[in-house]
Amino acid sequence: MEDSPATNFQDLKSTQTQNYLHDTIQVPDDLQANVMVTTLDKVYNWSRTSSMWPLLFGLACCAIEMIATAASRFDLARFGMEVMRPSPRQSDLMIVSGTVTKKMVPAIVRIYNQMAEPRYVLALGACATGGGPFKEGYNVVSGIDTYIPVDVYVPGCPPTPEALIYGLLKLHKKVERQSIAKVSWYKKNTSEFIPIPVLGPDVFDPRQVEMIREYTLGAGAVRGPAAAEVRVLPQLLTADQKAHLEQVRARYLAKVKQPA
Amino acid sequence: MTELVAEAPVVEQTADAAYPYNNVVPGAVIGRWAEGSDPALVVAPDKLIALLTHLRDQESYDFLSSVTCVDYSAYAGKARAGIKERFDTVYHLYSTQKGGGHINLHVRVPEGDSVPSATSVYPGANLQECEVYDLYGIKFEGHPNLRRVLLWEGFNGYPMRKDWKEAYFEEENKPFKNRHPAEGYFWHEDKLPWGSNSTYPEGWDPESWQTPISYVPVSQAPEGLGYDSEKSNVGAVGELDTQSIVVNLGPHHPSTHGVFRMLARIEGETVLALEPEMGYLHRNHEKIGERNTWLMNMPFTDRLDYINSMSNNLGYALAIEKLANIEVPERANYIRIIMAELTRVVNHMWSIGFILNDLGALQTPALYAIEEREMILDLFEAVSGSRLMCNYMRFGGVVRDLPAGWLEKAKYMVDTRLPNVLDELDRLITGNEIMMARGRGVGYLSAKDLIALSVSGPMIRAAGVPYDIRKAQPYCIYDRFDFDIPTLPESDIFARYYIRLLEARESVKILKQALRDIPGGEFLSTRDKYTFRPTEGEAYVRVEAPKGELGFYVVSDNKANPYRYHVRAPSFINLNALGPMSVGYKIADAVVVLGAIDIVLGEVDR
Repeated sequence: MEDSPATNFQDLKSTQTQNYLHDTIQVPDDLQANVMVTTLDKVYNWSRTSSMWPLLFGLACCAIEMIATAASRFDLARFGMEVMRPSPRQSDLMIVSGTVTKKMVPAIVRIYNQMAEPRYVLALGACATGGGPFKEGYNVVSGIDTYIPVDVYVPGCPPTPEALIYGLLKLHKKVERQSIAKVSWYKKNTSEFIPIPVLGPDVFDPRQVEMIREYTLGAGAVRGPAAAEVRVLPQLLTADQKAHLEQVRARYLAKVKQPA
Repeated sequence: MTELVAEAPVVEQTADAAYPYNNVVPGAVIGRWAEGSDPALVVAPDKLIALLTHLRDQESYDFLSSVTCVDYSAYAGKARAGIKERFDTVYHLYSTQKGGGHINLHVRVPEGDSVPSATSVYPGANLQECEVYDLYGIKFEGHPNLRRVLLWEGFNGYPMRKDWKEAYFEEENKPFKNRHPAEGYFWHEDKLPWGSNSTYPEGWDPESWQTPISYVPVSQAPEGLGYDSEKSNVGAVGELDTQSIVVNLGPHHPSTHGVFRMLARIEGETVLALEPEMGYLHRNHEKIGERNTWLMNMPFTDRLDYINSMSNNLGYALAIEKLANIEVPERANYIRIIMAELTRVVNHMWSIGFILNDLGALQTPALYAIEEREMILDLFEAVSGSRLMCNYMRFGGVVRDLPAGWLEKAKYMVDTRLPNVLDELDRLITGNEIMMARGRGVGYLSAKDLIALSVSGPMIRAAGVPYDIRKAQPYCIYDRFDFDIPTLPESDIFARYYIRLLEARESVKILKQALRDIPGGEFLSTRDKYTFRPTEGEAYVRVEAPKGELGFYVVSDNKANPYRYHVRAPSFINLNALGPMSVGYKIADAVVVLGAIDIVLGEVDR
């Protein structure tokens, strides 16, 4: 078999690319050794996974392990991720590294809203995933996914740098499956604006105002023996109460779905 | 370990000239408390300031270590002890001149009453009184700016009160009896229709809610600050007609070492006033700690100052050992000291690297400084199973013995690698021109002011005060080792950098001796006891953590859970000095001043 670059290229073309490209792409003879043919998705995703800049944003203990991951022993630069950007406008990935408190969550949601698409969120550690050891605390949000969508969860308290790297590689896998023709961020009005949580007597999500009103001011259906207390204390809901709240939830969803 | 029947603390509520200090401040001391554990004096609220002034000026108790509060409304021994008032404000005073133990003062007030603020005598009470107000709702009369520091203005209720229940409240104390009920498990989220960890007052309308405006003391330019100060950098604005503005840094800002916020009023680039704002990582250690059993709190202490989990373990273990009279075997004492000093080296190298980061030498110096840290973390992982959150110490020793070959690895680190890397940092940084230009004479505050502001640790040793708890009130077996307390007179950023390098060298000295002398034998004296009930009483124990004085205040009412669990966090209290140290310098210097205090937000907000 003749062993010239041109032959190799023809072999590659026949094995690596899809069939219909063979006939449509004409490569001049003198360029045959210098051209590689692949899909646009592959290039697009390869460039995005190889330079995914994280937001320079540490919350708690897990941030220390994030710094250790970026430092010389674990060397995040191998994945093109050593450029941590302090500005949300320049970053692709938000690593929520630690406990999300109620006082902090408006700032996190605001930063998430400021990030440009395509944006990804990685919840690092037990606290960011679901509240972790501090879940029962009065100032702790039980998981950042109650407010913003999360792509990858990395468990651990704190996760080791190896675990974080594994999570990042999982995220790379997710990115590699996306297609430029179908991704949402090139379409109109698809980037979702998350309403900023408000610090009231306790933190509340503006999307849930109606639900909260039902509970604090509304019909007796949702009130229980605790109504005499100054604060509404948690109690297991009865089936009637649950049905009523489902109605409220459905009303809210119907309202949201209508165009503004 | 003691499991004796509790003896009721002796309380005499009659004013008596036989109590100490009543001859100098008549009627000040009205009783005694906790005679069996940590003897305390009960002080009349209206005489508190006079007594504090006397203690500071005449008895040289110049350092207010801790201000905290206990809500005695659910105290099991209350009827016996005869406490009528609900709240008990607790003060611990030390002397940086004499060293030695503390004076423990209790001021009791019923609900609704206020306590005179100690800020006029000890300015360092500022943030701690704000914290007590935030969590207990006690008003301090005469406090310059009493505000909610950890939570926010408008938060409903005072969460550390015993009758305040959080949204996911199950039972008063762990272990929960109904964890596996017959009718099946439930999710906390199902208890509340919105499925999140929040509750709202009855009758509250979220649509008409307006967040109250919190008064931050930089909203007006202060009189007499800035131009007429004696500091050298001030007055550069000249005759231009300028206007001062407020700049907000944080909570998401690369210079703030986490989620921390600074509000600075600046004119040109000169800082006129600066105020810290915190609470963005307030994780309710104390509320959760009072639901936990005594031992369950040990892994939580790891997460206070998450760079130095071993030091935090040590402080908490010592506090409970003092409360319950637990003996520690000889070998365990050595292991503890080895771990604490390795932690100190890690912390100081980390902090040196990040001071340079704040100076603008991004990343590279920090990478050099934390290179050896990974090797020390490997040593920690070998003994405890975890790199960062070691959870290694127990009451009465450490949880498991050193693995085979560990001592040789540690000796190699201590004899060969650590001295070299410290010398290397010294060579790279100390003579550096930019380091000198940015560090020398910046962030000055006198030793007297620092002590008055309750600042501790490397900060005061860089101001020439040779005060180190390892020497002033030795704990563990520190009195057996030969080491020095390095001090530097300058009290500027450069001195704060260099003192950490010198202290790390002293730690290496202690490590060499400890690794040489460590005996064999038992490593844990209480192997078979997981729950126990310390006798009624209280204890306040502090250790020289790498960031400063780390104290644990615990109150027991002879139950399996702490009645009160309070952490005196050095990072939090050292922030008292942030404003005074930054005023008069440039805004870029304020960032380095913060870096040189060396805070960790897990400890600031707890």
